[in-house]
Amino acid sequence: MSVTTAGPAQSGFSFGEYLTCLNGIVWREALRFLHQRERFVSALVRPLVWLFIFAAGFRQVLGISIIPPYETYILYEVYIAPGLMAMIQLFNGMQSSLSMVYDREMGNMRTLLVSPLPRWYLLFCKLLAGTAVSLLQVYAFLLIAWFWDIAPPPIGYLTVLPALVLSGLMLGALGMLISSGIKQLENFAGVMNFVIFPMFFASSALYPLWRVQEGSPMLYYVCDFNPFTHAVELVRFALYGKMNWVSLAVVVGCTLVFMIGAIYAYDPSRGFSRRGPAGGET
Amino acid sequence: MTETATPTIAPTPPASCPQQAEHAQTPALSIEGVNHAYGARRALIDVSFAVAPASFTALLGLNGAGKSTLFSLVTRLFGIQRGHISIFGHDIGAAPSEALRLLGVVFQPRTLDLDLSVRQNLLYHAALHGIARREADARSREVLARIALSDRAGSKVRDLSGGQMRRLEIARALLHRPRLLLLDEATVGLDVKARADILRHVRDLVSEQGIGVLWATHLFDEILATDDLVVLHEGRVLARGEVARVVADAGAVDVNGAFATLTVATERSRSAAP
Repeated sequence: MSVTTAGPAQSGFSFGEYLTCLNGIVWREALRFLHQRERFVSALVRPLVWLFIFAAGFRQVLGISIIPPYETYILYEVYIAPGLMAMIQLFNGMQSSLSMVYDREMGNMRTLLVSPLPRWYLLFCKLLAGTAVSLLQVYAFLLIAWFWDIAPPPIGYLTVLPALVLSGLMLGALGMLISSGIKQLENFAGVMNFVIFPMFFASSALYPLWRVQEGSPMLYYVCDFNPFTHAVELVRFALYGKMNWVSLAVVVGCTLVFMIGAIYAYDPSRGFSRRGPAGGET
Repeated sequence: MTETATPTIAPTPPASCPQQAEHAQTPALSIEGVNHAYGARRALIDVSFAVAPASFTALLGLNGAGKSTLFSLVTRLFGIQRGHISIFGHDIGAAPSEALRLLGVVFQPRTLDLDLSVRQNLLYHAALHGIARREADARSREVLARIALSDRAGSKVRDLSGGQMRRLEIARALLHRPRLLLLDEATVGLDVKARADILRHVRDLVSEQGIGVLWATHLFDEILATDDLVVLHEGRVLARGEVARVVADAGAVDVNGAFATLTVATERSRSAAP
Protein backbone atom coordinates (compact mmCIF):
# COMPACT_ATOMS: atom_id res chain seq x y z
CA MET A 1 0.00 0.00 0.00
CA SER A 2 1.38 3.37 -0.93
CA VAL A 3 2.16 5.89 1.76
CA THR A 4 0.07 9.00 1.29
CA THR A 5 1.05 12.04 3.27
CA ALA A 6 -0.58 15.40 3.12
CA GLY A 7 1.31 18.58 3.70
CA PRO A 8 0.26 21.37 6.01
CA ALA A 9 -3.33 22.53 5.62
CA GLN A 10 -3.89 25.14 2.94
CA SER A 11 -5.53 28.39 3.86
CA GLY A 12 -8.66 29.34 1.96
CA PHE A 13 -10.28 27.68 -1.02
CA SER A 14 -10.01 28.26 -4.73
CA PHE A 15 -12.99 29.23 -6.88
CA GLY A 16 -12.84 25.74 -8.41
CA GLU A 17 -13.18 24.12 -4.98
CA TYR A 18 -16.22 26.25 -4.17
CA LEU A 19 -17.75 25.33 -7.53
CA THR A 20 -17.01 21.61 -7.05
CA CYS A 21 -18.76 21.71 -3.69
CA LEU A 22 -21.80 23.46 -5.18
CA ASN A 23 -21.96 20.94 -8.02
CA GLY A 24 -21.73 18.06 -5.56
CA ILE A 25 -24.56 19.32 -3.37
CA VAL A 26 -26.86 20.12 -6.32
CA TRP A 27 -26.03 16.74 -7.90
CA ARG A 28 -26.87 14.87 -4.70
CA GLU A 29 -30.15 16.78 -4.28
CA ALA A 30 -31.09 16.02 -7.89
CA LEU A 31 -30.25 12.32 -7.43
CA ARG A 32 -32.38 12.12 -4.32
CA PHE A 33 -35.23 13.83 -6.16
CA LEU A 34 -34.97 11.43 -9.09
CA HIS A 35 -34.91 8.47 -6.73
CA GLN A 36 -38.11 9.69 -5.09
CA ARG A 37 -40.39 9.62 -8.12
CA GLU A 38 -43.50 9.76 -5.97
CA ARG A 39 -42.23 13.11 -4.63
CA PHE A 40 -42.11 14.49 -8.16
CA VAL A 41 -45.56 13.14 -8.99
CA SER A 42 -47.12 14.46 -5.79
CA ALA A 43 -45.43 17.83 -6.30
CA LEU A 44 -47.22 18.06 -9.66
CA VAL A 45 -50.52 16.50 -8.69
CA ARG A 46 -51.15 19.00 -5.89
CA PRO A 47 -51.25 22.16 -8.06
CA LEU A 48 -52.94 20.32 -10.90
CA VAL A 49 -55.79 19.29 -8.61
CA TRP A 50 -56.21 22.95 -7.68
CA LEU A 51 -56.06 23.98 -11.31
CA PHE A 52 -58.34 21.39 -12.81
CA ILE A 53 -60.87 20.85 -10.02
CA PHE A 54 -60.84 23.78 -7.62
CA ALA A 55 -60.48 26.44 -10.31
CA ALA A 56 -63.14 24.85 -12.50
CA GLY A 57 -65.58 24.95 -9.58
CA PHE A 58 -64.75 28.48 -8.52
CA ARG A 59 -64.59 29.98 -12.01
CA GLN A 60 -68.24 30.99 -11.84
CA VAL A 61 -68.05 32.25 -8.26
CA LEU A 62 -64.93 34.38 -8.35
CA GLY A 63 -64.93 36.98 -11.09
CA ILE A 64 -61.59 38.65 -11.68
CA SER A 65 -61.57 42.29 -12.70
CA ILE A 66 -58.79 43.77 -14.80
CA ILE A 67 -55.89 44.12 -12.39
CA PRO A 68 -52.18 44.46 -13.11
CA PRO A 69 -50.33 42.75 -14.66
CA TYR A 70 -53.33 41.57 -16.72
CA GLU A 71 -54.57 43.88 -19.47
CA THR A 72 -57.92 42.22 -20.05
CA TYR A 73 -60.40 39.96 -18.33
CA ILE A 74 -58.90 36.59 -17.56
CA LEU A 75 -60.13 33.18 -16.57
CA TYR A 76 -59.80 32.20 -12.94
CA GLU A 77 -57.41 29.40 -13.96
CA VAL A 78 -55.11 31.99 -15.47
CA TYR A 79 -55.26 34.04 -12.28
CA ILE A 80 -54.31 31.21 -9.93
CA ALA A 81 -51.53 29.74 -12.10
CA PRO A 82 -48.76 31.98 -10.59
CA GLY A 83 -50.11 31.24 -7.12
CA LEU A 84 -49.86 27.52 -7.83
CA MET A 85 -46.31 27.94 -9.15
CA ALA A 86 -45.38 29.64 -5.88
CA MET A 87 -47.25 26.92 -4.01
CA ILE A 88 -45.00 24.31 -5.64
CA GLN A 89 -42.01 26.24 -4.35
CA LEU A 90 -43.54 26.66 -0.90
CA PHE A 91 -44.09 22.91 -0.57
CA ASN A 92 -40.67 22.21 -2.04
CA GLY A 93 -39.03 24.57 0.47
CA MET A 94 -40.79 22.78 3.32
CA GLN A 95 -39.91 19.40 1.78
CA SER A 96 -36.26 20.47 1.78
CA SER A 97 -36.51 21.43 5.42
CA LEU A 98 -38.13 18.06 6.14
CA SER A 99 -35.23 16.37 4.39
CA MET A 100 -32.76 18.39 6.51
CA VAL A 101 -34.50 17.26 9.68
CA TYR A 102 -34.42 13.68 8.36
CA ASP A 103 -30.73 14.02 7.46
CA ARG A 104 -30.01 15.31 10.92
CA GLU A 105 -31.86 12.43 12.58
CA MET A 106 -30.20 9.86 10.29
CA GLY A 107 -26.75 11.40 10.73
CA ASN A 108 -26.25 12.43 7.08
CA MET A 109 -26.21 16.08 8.04
CA ARG A 110 -22.87 15.54 9.78
CA THR A 111 -21.26 14.68 6.47
CA LEU A 112 -22.22 18.13 5.24
CA LEU A 113 -21.38 20.04 8.39
CA VAL A 114 -17.86 18.61 8.88
CA SER A 115 -16.83 19.79 5.42
CA PRO A 116 -13.96 22.28 5.68
CA LEU A 117 -15.73 24.79 3.46
CA PRO A 118 -17.46 27.66 5.31
CA ARG A 119 -20.73 26.58 6.82
CA TRP A 120 -22.66 29.56 5.42
CA TYR A 121 -21.53 28.48 1.96
CA LEU A 122 -22.62 24.87 2.53
CA LEU A 123 -26.06 26.02 3.63
CA PHE A 124 -26.29 28.39 0.67
CA CYS A 125 -25.41 25.52 -1.70
CA LYS A 126 -28.10 23.40 -0.08
CA LEU A 127 -30.54 26.26 -0.64
CA LEU A 128 -29.56 26.63 -4.29
CA ALA A 129 -29.92 22.88 -4.79
CA GLY A 130 -33.45 22.95 -3.37
CA THR A 131 -34.33 25.90 -5.58
CA ALA A 132 -33.02 24.11 -8.68
CA VAL A 133 -35.26 21.14 -7.89
CA SER A 134 -38.27 23.45 -7.44
CA LEU A 135 -37.59 25.03 -10.86
CA LEU A 136 -37.87 21.62 -12.52
CA GLN A 137 -41.24 21.10 -10.87
CA VAL A 138 -42.55 24.55 -11.78
CA TYR A 139 -41.59 24.25 -15.44
CA ALA A 140 -43.17 20.78 -15.60
CA PHE A 141 -46.35 22.37 -14.19
CA LEU A 142 -46.20 25.19 -16.75
CA LEU A 143 -45.86 22.66 -19.53
CA ILE A 144 -49.00 20.81 -18.42
CA ALA A 145 -50.84 24.11 -17.86
CA TRP A 146 -50.02 25.13 -21.44
CA PHE A 147 -52.13 22.24 -22.68
CA TRP A 148 -54.94 23.66 -20.53
CA ASP A 149 -54.75 26.95 -22.43
CA ILE A 150 -52.89 28.73 -19.65
CA ALA A 151 -50.25 30.23 -21.84
CA PRO A 152 -48.40 33.37 -20.83
CA PRO A 153 -46.49 35.26 -23.56
CA PRO A 154 -43.56 33.14 -24.77
CA ILE A 155 -41.06 35.62 -23.31
CA GLY A 156 -42.77 35.11 -19.95
CA TYR A 157 -41.27 31.64 -19.63
CA LEU A 158 -37.87 33.31 -19.62
CA THR A 159 -38.64 36.45 -17.59
CA VAL A 160 -40.25 34.41 -14.85
CA LEU A 161 -37.04 32.44 -14.25
CA PRO A 162 -35.23 35.05 -12.08
CA ALA A 163 -38.45 35.60 -10.11
CA LEU A 164 -38.75 31.87 -9.52
CA VAL A 165 -35.13 31.69 -8.39
CA LEU A 166 -35.71 34.51 -5.91
CA SER A 167 -38.98 33.14 -4.57
CA GLY A 168 -37.44 29.64 -4.40
CA LEU A 169 -34.53 31.00 -2.38
CA MET A 170 -36.84 32.85 -0.02
CA LEU A 171 -39.10 29.88 0.62
CA GLY A 172 -36.13 27.49 0.85
CA ALA A 173 -34.41 29.78 3.36
CA LEU A 174 -37.61 29.88 5.39
CA GLY A 175 -37.73 26.08 5.35
CA MET A 176 -34.09 25.92 6.41
CA LEU A 177 -34.73 28.29 9.29
CA ILE A 178 -37.70 26.24 10.40
CA SER A 179 -35.72 22.98 10.15
CA SER A 180 -33.13 24.33 12.58
CA GLY A 181 -35.82 24.61 15.22
CA ILE A 182 -37.47 21.23 14.70
CA LYS A 183 -36.01 18.63 17.02
CA GLN A 184 -37.82 15.55 15.76
CA LEU A 185 -39.28 14.44 12.46
CA GLU A 186 -42.65 13.87 14.12
CA ASN A 187 -42.93 17.59 14.88
CA PHE A 188 -42.95 18.39 11.20
CA ALA A 189 -46.75 17.94 10.91
CA GLY A 190 -46.99 21.17 12.90
CA VAL A 191 -45.19 22.98 10.10
CA MET A 192 -47.98 22.01 7.72
CA ASN A 193 -50.64 23.42 10.03
CA PHE A 194 -48.84 26.49 11.28
CA VAL A 195 -46.75 27.55 8.30
CA ILE A 196 -47.74 26.14 4.93
CA PHE A 197 -51.53 26.42 5.10
CA PRO A 198 -51.71 29.88 6.74
CA MET A 199 -49.09 31.23 4.33
CA PHE A 200 -50.87 29.84 1.31
CA PHE A 201 -54.44 30.79 2.19
CA ALA A 202 -53.58 34.24 3.60
CA SER A 203 -52.06 35.33 0.31
CA SER A 204 -53.03 36.49 -3.16
CA ALA A 205 -52.49 33.00 -4.59
CA LEU A 206 -56.18 32.10 -4.84
CA TYR A 207 -57.94 35.48 -4.80
CA PRO A 208 -56.89 39.06 -5.44
CA LEU A 209 -56.29 41.13 -2.34
CA TRP A 210 -58.99 43.68 -3.18
CA ARG A 211 -61.47 40.83 -2.82
CA VAL A 212 -60.06 40.02 0.59
CA GLN A 213 -60.22 43.69 1.59
CA GLU A 214 -63.92 43.76 0.76
CA GLY A 215 -64.53 40.81 3.03
CA SER A 216 -62.15 41.59 5.91
CA PRO A 217 -59.87 44.66 6.11
CA MET A 218 -57.93 42.99 8.93
CA LEU A 219 -57.24 39.88 6.86
CA TYR A 220 -56.19 42.12 3.99
CA TYR A 221 -53.36 43.54 6.13
CA VAL A 222 -52.34 40.04 7.19
CA CYS A 223 -52.21 38.98 3.52
CA ASP A 224 -50.29 42.09 2.54
CA PHE A 225 -47.75 41.43 5.31
CA ASN A 226 -47.33 37.79 4.24
CA PRO A 227 -44.03 37.31 2.32
CA PHE A 228 -45.66 34.54 0.30
CA THR A 229 -48.09 37.09 -1.18
CA HIS A 230 -45.10 39.01 -2.52
CA ALA A 231 -43.51 35.84 -3.90
CA VAL A 232 -46.77 35.15 -5.76
CA GLU A 233 -47.00 38.71 -7.09
CA LEU A 234 -43.34 38.75 -8.14
CA VAL A 235 -43.91 35.55 -10.12
CA ARG A 236 -47.24 36.80 -11.52
CA PHE A 237 -45.75 40.05 -12.85
CA ALA A 238 -42.59 38.36 -14.17
CA LEU A 239 -44.69 35.79 -16.03
CA TYR A 240 -46.05 38.67 -18.10
CA GLY A 241 -42.68 40.39 -18.52
CA LYS A 242 -43.38 43.03 -15.86
CA MET A 243 -41.81 43.93 -12.55
CA ASN A 244 -43.45 44.47 -9.18
CA TRP A 245 -40.79 46.44 -7.34
CA VAL A 246 -42.42 46.26 -3.91
CA SER A 247 -42.66 42.49 -4.12
CA LEU A 248 -39.07 42.29 -5.34
CA ALA A 249 -37.86 44.31 -2.35
CA VAL A 250 -39.89 42.21 0.11
CA VAL A 251 -38.73 38.89 -1.38
CA VAL A 252 -35.05 39.93 -1.43
CA GLY A 253 -35.28 41.32 2.10
CA CYS A 254 -37.03 38.24 3.48
CA THR A 255 -34.53 35.93 1.73
CA LEU A 256 -31.67 37.71 3.46
CA VAL A 257 -33.38 37.68 6.86
CA PHE A 258 -34.34 33.98 6.65
CA MET A 259 -30.90 32.99 5.32
CA ILE A 260 -29.03 34.88 8.02
CA GLY A 261 -31.35 33.35 10.60
CA ALA A 262 -30.67 29.83 9.27
CA ILE A 263 -26.89 30.37 9.23
CA TYR A 264 -27.09 31.69 12.77
CA ALA A 265 -29.19 28.73 13.89
CA TYR A 266 -26.81 26.19 12.34
CA ASP A 267 -23.75 27.87 13.81
CA PRO A 268 -22.06 25.30 16.09
CA SER A 269 -21.68 27.76 18.92
CA ARG A 270 -25.36 28.66 18.80
CA GLY A 271 -28.38 26.75 17.51
CA PHE A 272 -27.01 23.36 16.51
CA SER A 273 -25.00 22.85 19.68
CA ARG A 274 -27.86 23.45 22.05
CA ARG A 275 -29.13 19.95 21.34
CA GLY A 276 -27.41 17.03 22.96
CA PRO A 277 -25.96 14.19 20.93
CA ALA A 278 -28.34 11.84 19.15
CA GLY A 279 -29.91 8.97 21.05
CA GLY A 280 -27.46 6.37 22.18
CA GLU A 281 -24.50 8.68 21.85
CA THR A 282 -22.80 10.43 24.67
CA MET B 1 -7.35 10.86 40.54
CA THR B 2 -4.54 8.98 38.92
CA GLU B 3 -3.21 10.86 35.94
CA THR B 4 -0.06 10.12 34.01
CA ALA B 5 1.81 12.49 31.76
CA THR B 6 0.68 13.45 28.26
CA PRO B 7 1.89 10.77 25.83
CA THR B 8 5.14 11.41 24.07
CA ILE B 9 4.98 12.08 20.37
CA ALA B 10 5.59 8.90 18.46
CA PRO B 11 8.25 8.70 15.74
CA THR B 12 6.99 9.88 12.37
CA PRO B 13 8.03 9.08 8.82
CA PRO B 14 10.94 11.21 7.63
CA ALA B 15 9.83 14.65 6.53
CA SER B 16 10.83 15.84 3.11
CA CYS B 17 10.97 19.58 3.87
CA PRO B 18 11.36 21.81 6.94
CA GLN B 19 7.70 22.85 6.75
CA GLN B 20 6.61 19.22 6.83
CA ALA B 21 9.04 18.45 9.64
CA GLU B 22 7.50 21.20 11.73
CA HIS B 23 4.09 19.82 10.84
CA ALA B 24 5.10 16.37 11.99
CA GLN B 25 6.22 17.61 15.42
CA THR B 26 2.92 19.34 16.19
CA PRO B 27 0.38 17.10 17.95
CA ALA B 28 -2.19 15.71 15.54
CA LEU B 29 -4.88 16.58 18.06
CA SER B 30 -4.52 18.77 21.10
CA ILE B 31 -7.36 19.11 23.61
CA GLU B 32 -6.80 21.55 26.48
CA GLY B 33 -9.13 22.25 29.38
CA VAL B 34 -12.32 21.46 27.47
CA ASN B 35 -15.60 21.73 29.34
CA HIS B 36 -19.08 21.16 27.91
CA ALA B 37 -22.53 21.16 29.49
CA TYR B 38 -26.06 20.48 28.27
CA GLY B 39 -27.94 22.92 30.45
CA ALA B 40 -27.11 21.96 34.03
CA ARG B 41 -25.66 18.56 33.08
CA ARG B 42 -21.89 18.64 32.69
CA ALA B 43 -20.81 16.25 29.93
CA LEU B 44 -17.09 17.08 29.89
CA ILE B 45 -15.07 18.44 32.76
CA ASP B 46 -11.62 19.93 32.17
CA VAL B 47 -10.63 17.38 29.53
CA SER B 48 -7.03 17.60 28.28
CA PHE B 49 -4.94 15.19 26.23
CA ALA B 50 -3.05 14.99 22.95
CA VAL B 51 -2.83 12.55 20.07
CA ALA B 52 0.56 12.25 18.40
CA PRO B 53 0.92 11.98 14.63
CA ALA B 54 1.28 8.40 13.40
CA SER B 55 -0.01 6.98 16.66
CA PHE B 56 -3.01 4.93 17.75
CA THR B 57 -4.72 6.43 20.78
CA ALA B 58 -7.63 4.59 22.36
CA LEU B 59 -10.26 6.71 24.08
CA LEU B 60 -11.75 4.28 26.57
CA GLY B 61 -15.02 5.01 28.33
CA LEU B 62 -18.36 3.49 29.13
CA ASN B 63 -21.56 4.63 27.46
CA GLY B 64 -22.26 8.10 28.81
CA ALA B 65 -18.61 8.93 29.46
CA GLY B 66 -18.69 11.88 27.04
CA LYS B 67 -16.87 10.38 24.05
CA SER B 68 -19.42 11.42 21.43
CA THR B 69 -19.71 14.91 22.89
CA LEU B 70 -15.95 15.23 22.61
CA PHE B 71 -16.09 14.07 18.98
CA SER B 72 -18.82 16.61 18.25
CA LEU B 73 -16.59 19.34 19.64
CA VAL B 74 -13.52 18.22 17.68
CA THR B 75 -15.56 18.09 14.45
CA ARG B 76 -17.16 21.47 15.20
CA LEU B 77 -20.67 20.12 15.26
CA PHE B 78 -20.89 21.74 18.67
CA GLY B 79 -19.30 25.01 19.65
CA ILE B 80 -16.59 24.92 22.31
CA GLN B 81 -17.90 26.41 25.54
CA ARG B 82 -14.55 26.42 27.37
CA GLY B 83 -11.06 25.24 26.46
CA HIS B 84 -9.14 24.82 23.22
CA ILE B 85 -9.01 22.15 20.54
CA SER B 86 -6.49 22.22 17.72
CA ILE B 87 -5.64 19.87 14.87
CA PHE B 88 -2.00 20.04 13.81
CA GLY B 89 -1.84 23.44 15.48
CA HIS B 90 -4.96 24.83 13.77
CA ASP B 91 -7.47 25.97 16.37
CA ILE B 92 -10.87 24.45 15.53
CA GLY B 93 -12.68 27.61 16.61
CA ALA B 94 -10.38 30.20 15.02
CA ALA B 95 -9.35 28.32 11.86
CA PRO B 96 -12.02 25.64 11.31
CA SER B 97 -11.38 25.19 7.57
CA GLU B 98 -7.65 24.52 8.01
CA ALA B 99 -8.34 22.15 10.91
CA LEU B 100 -11.17 20.23 9.22
CA ARG B 101 -9.14 19.74 6.03
CA LEU B 102 -6.75 17.57 8.05
CA LEU B 103 -9.47 15.58 9.79
CA GLY B 104 -11.28 12.40 8.78
CA VAL B 105 -14.11 11.18 10.97
CA VAL B 106 -16.29 8.10 11.38
CA PHE B 107 -19.21 8.83 13.67
CA GLN B 108 -20.96 6.33 15.88
CA PRO B 109 -24.26 6.42 13.91
CA ARG B 110 -24.06 5.62 10.21
CA THR B 111 -23.82 8.79 8.15
CA LEU B 112 -23.95 7.27 4.66
CA ASP B 113 -26.78 8.11 2.30
CA LEU B 114 -28.51 4.76 1.98
CA ASP B 115 -30.28 5.65 -1.28
CA LEU B 116 -27.10 6.57 -3.11
CA SER B 117 -24.62 4.05 -4.45
CA VAL B 118 -21.25 3.33 -2.86
CA ARG B 119 -19.48 5.39 -5.52
CA GLN B 120 -21.98 8.26 -5.32
CA ASN B 121 -21.45 8.50 -1.55
CA LEU B 122 -17.71 8.81 -2.09
CA LEU B 123 -18.09 11.40 -4.84
CA TYR B 124 -20.44 13.46 -2.67
CA HIS B 125 -17.90 13.47 0.15
CA ALA B 126 -15.13 14.43 -2.27
CA ALA B 127 -17.21 17.34 -3.57
CA LEU B 128 -17.74 18.58 -0.02
CA HIS B 129 -13.96 18.82 0.25
CA GLY B 130 -13.64 20.61 -3.09
CA ILE B 131 -11.98 17.65 -4.83
CA ALA B 132 -12.56 17.87 -8.60
CA ARG B 133 -14.55 15.10 -10.26
CA ARG B 134 -11.68 13.42 -12.15
CA GLU B 135 -9.47 13.32 -9.07
CA ALA B 136 -12.42 12.16 -6.95
CA ASP B 137 -13.09 9.33 -9.40
CA ALA B 138 -9.48 8.17 -9.22
CA ARG B 139 -9.37 8.34 -5.42
CA SER B 140 -12.72 6.52 -5.15
CA ARG B 141 -11.42 3.65 -7.24
CA GLU B 142 -8.26 3.55 -5.12
CA VAL B 143 -10.05 3.44 -1.75
CA LEU B 144 -12.66 0.95 -2.96
CA ALA B 145 -9.89 -1.37 -4.10
CA ARG B 146 -8.20 -0.99 -0.72
CA ILE B 147 -11.33 -2.02 1.18
CA ALA B 148 -12.21 -4.74 -1.35
CA LEU B 149 -15.46 -3.13 -2.42
CA SER B 150 -14.64 -2.35 -6.06
CA ASP B 151 -17.23 -4.83 -7.26
CA ARG B 152 -19.91 -3.07 -5.18
CA ALA B 153 -19.22 0.45 -6.44
CA GLY B 154 -22.60 0.66 -8.18
CA SER B 155 -24.59 -0.99 -5.38
CA LYS B 156 -26.90 1.02 -3.19
CA VAL B 157 -25.43 1.46 0.27
CA ARG B 158 -28.55 0.00 1.89
CA ASP B 159 -27.67 -3.35 0.23
CA LEU B 160 -24.29 -3.58 2.02
CA SER B 161 -23.65 -5.51 5.23
CA GLY B 162 -22.89 -3.65 8.46
CA GLY B 163 -19.17 -4.43 8.17
CA GLN B 164 -19.05 -3.25 4.56
CA MET B 165 -20.78 0.00 5.51
CA ARG B 166 -18.24 0.63 8.23
CA ARG B 167 -15.35 -0.07 5.86
CA LEU B 168 -16.93 2.29 3.37
CA GLU B 169 -17.25 4.99 6.02
CA ILE B 170 -13.58 4.62 6.89
CA ALA B 171 -12.65 4.74 3.19
CA ARG B 172 -14.79 7.85 2.78
CA ALA B 173 -13.13 9.49 5.77
CA LEU B 174 -9.74 8.92 4.11
CA LEU B 175 -10.76 10.16 0.66
CA HIS B 176 -9.51 13.71 1.22
CA ARG B 177 -6.24 12.33 2.69
CA PRO B 178 -6.52 13.54 6.27
CA ARG B 179 -3.65 13.36 8.77
CA LEU B 180 -5.90 12.63 11.74
CA LEU B 181 -8.69 10.05 11.85
CA LEU B 182 -11.37 9.95 14.54
CA LEU B 183 -13.48 6.83 14.95
CA ASP B 184 -16.33 6.79 17.43
CA GLU B 185 -17.31 3.23 18.44
CA ALA B 186 -16.64 2.13 14.86
CA THR B 187 -17.09 -1.57 15.56
CA VAL B 188 -20.36 -1.44 17.49
CA GLY B 189 -22.89 -3.94 16.17
CA LEU B 190 -20.40 -5.87 14.03
CA ASP B 191 -19.50 -9.54 14.25
CA VAL B 192 -16.11 -10.67 15.56
CA LYS B 193 -14.49 -11.04 12.15
CA ALA B 194 -15.71 -7.67 10.84
CA ARG B 195 -14.48 -6.02 14.06
CA ALA B 196 -11.05 -7.58 13.70
CA ASP B 197 -10.83 -6.61 10.01
CA ILE B 198 -11.69 -2.99 10.68
CA LEU B 199 -9.32 -2.70 13.63
CA ARG B 200 -6.48 -4.20 11.59
CA HIS B 201 -7.23 -1.87 8.68
CA VAL B 202 -7.09 1.18 10.95
CA ARG B 203 -3.86 0.04 12.61
CA ASP B 204 -2.36 -0.42 9.14
CA LEU B 205 -3.23 3.19 8.37
CA VAL B 206 -1.13 4.29 11.32
CA SER B 207 1.91 2.21 10.42
CA GLU B 208 1.76 2.55 6.63
CA GLN B 209 0.40 6.06 6.11
CA GLY B 210 1.47 7.81 9.30
CA ILE B 211 -2.06 8.85 10.20
CA GLY B 212 -2.86 9.76 13.80
CA VAL B 213 -5.88 7.81 15.06
CA LEU B 214 -8.20 8.49 17.97
CA TRP B 215 -10.25 5.34 18.50
CA ALA B 216 -13.17 5.74 20.92
CA THR B 217 -14.34 2.46 22.37
CA HIS B 218 -15.78 0.77 25.43
CA LEU B 219 -14.29 -2.62 24.47
CA PHE B 220 -11.09 -3.50 26.33
CA ASP B 221 -10.02 -6.17 23.84
CA GLU B 222 -9.58 -3.54 21.11
CA ILE B 223 -6.65 -1.96 22.97
CA LEU B 224 -3.06 -3.18 22.63
CA ALA B 225 -0.29 -2.72 25.17
CA THR B 226 1.63 -0.52 22.74
CA ASP B 227 -1.24 1.94 22.21
CA ASP B 228 -1.68 5.27 23.88
CA LEU B 229 -4.68 5.32 26.16
CA VAL B 230 -7.05 7.99 27.48
CA VAL B 231 -9.55 6.83 30.10
CA LEU B 232 -12.67 9.00 30.12
CA HIS B 233 -15.25 8.47 32.84
CA GLU B 234 -18.29 10.63 33.55
CA GLY B 235 -16.79 13.48 31.56
CA ARG B 236 -13.35 13.45 33.24
CA VAL B 237 -10.01 12.10 32.07
CA LEU B 238 -8.92 9.62 34.74
CA ALA B 239 -5.65 8.55 33.11
CA ARG B 240 -3.65 9.06 29.95
CA GLY B 241 -0.41 7.70 28.58
CA GLU B 242 0.93 4.46 27.19
CA VAL B 243 -1.25 1.50 28.08
CA ALA B 244 1.51 -0.31 29.96
CA ARG B 245 2.18 2.77 32.05
CA VAL B 246 -1.50 3.42 32.84
CA VAL B 247 -1.91 -0.22 33.88
CA ALA B 248 1.21 -0.12 36.05
CA ASP B 249 0.24 3.20 37.69
CA ALA B 250 -3.17 1.75 38.53
CA GLY B 251 -1.52 -1.32 40.09
CA ALA B 252 -3.45 -3.60 37.76
CA VAL B 253 -2.43 -6.42 35.44
CA ASP B 254 -4.42 -5.40 32.38
CA VAL B 255 -6.53 -2.59 30.93
CA ASN B 256 -9.71 -4.11 32.29
CA GLY B 257 -8.31 -4.13 35.81
CA ALA B 258 -6.85 -0.65 35.46
CA PHE B 259 -10.19 0.73 34.30
CA ALA B 260 -12.01 -0.90 37.21
CA THR B 261 -9.46 0.42 39.72
CA LEU B 262 -9.58 3.96 38.32
CA THR B 263 -13.36 4.21 38.13
CA VAL B 264 -13.98 2.64 41.53
CA ALA B 265 -11.44 4.99 43.11
CA THR B 266 -13.15 7.97 41.52
CA GLU B 267 -16.57 6.91 42.66
CA ARG B 268 -15.29 6.26 46.20
CA SER B 269 -13.65 9.65 46.42
CA ARG B 270 -16.84 11.29 45.20
CA SER B 271 -19.04 9.50 47.71
CA ALA B 272 -16.57 10.36 50.49
CA ALA B 273 -16.70 14.05 49.56
CA PRO B 274 -19.05 16.18 51.73
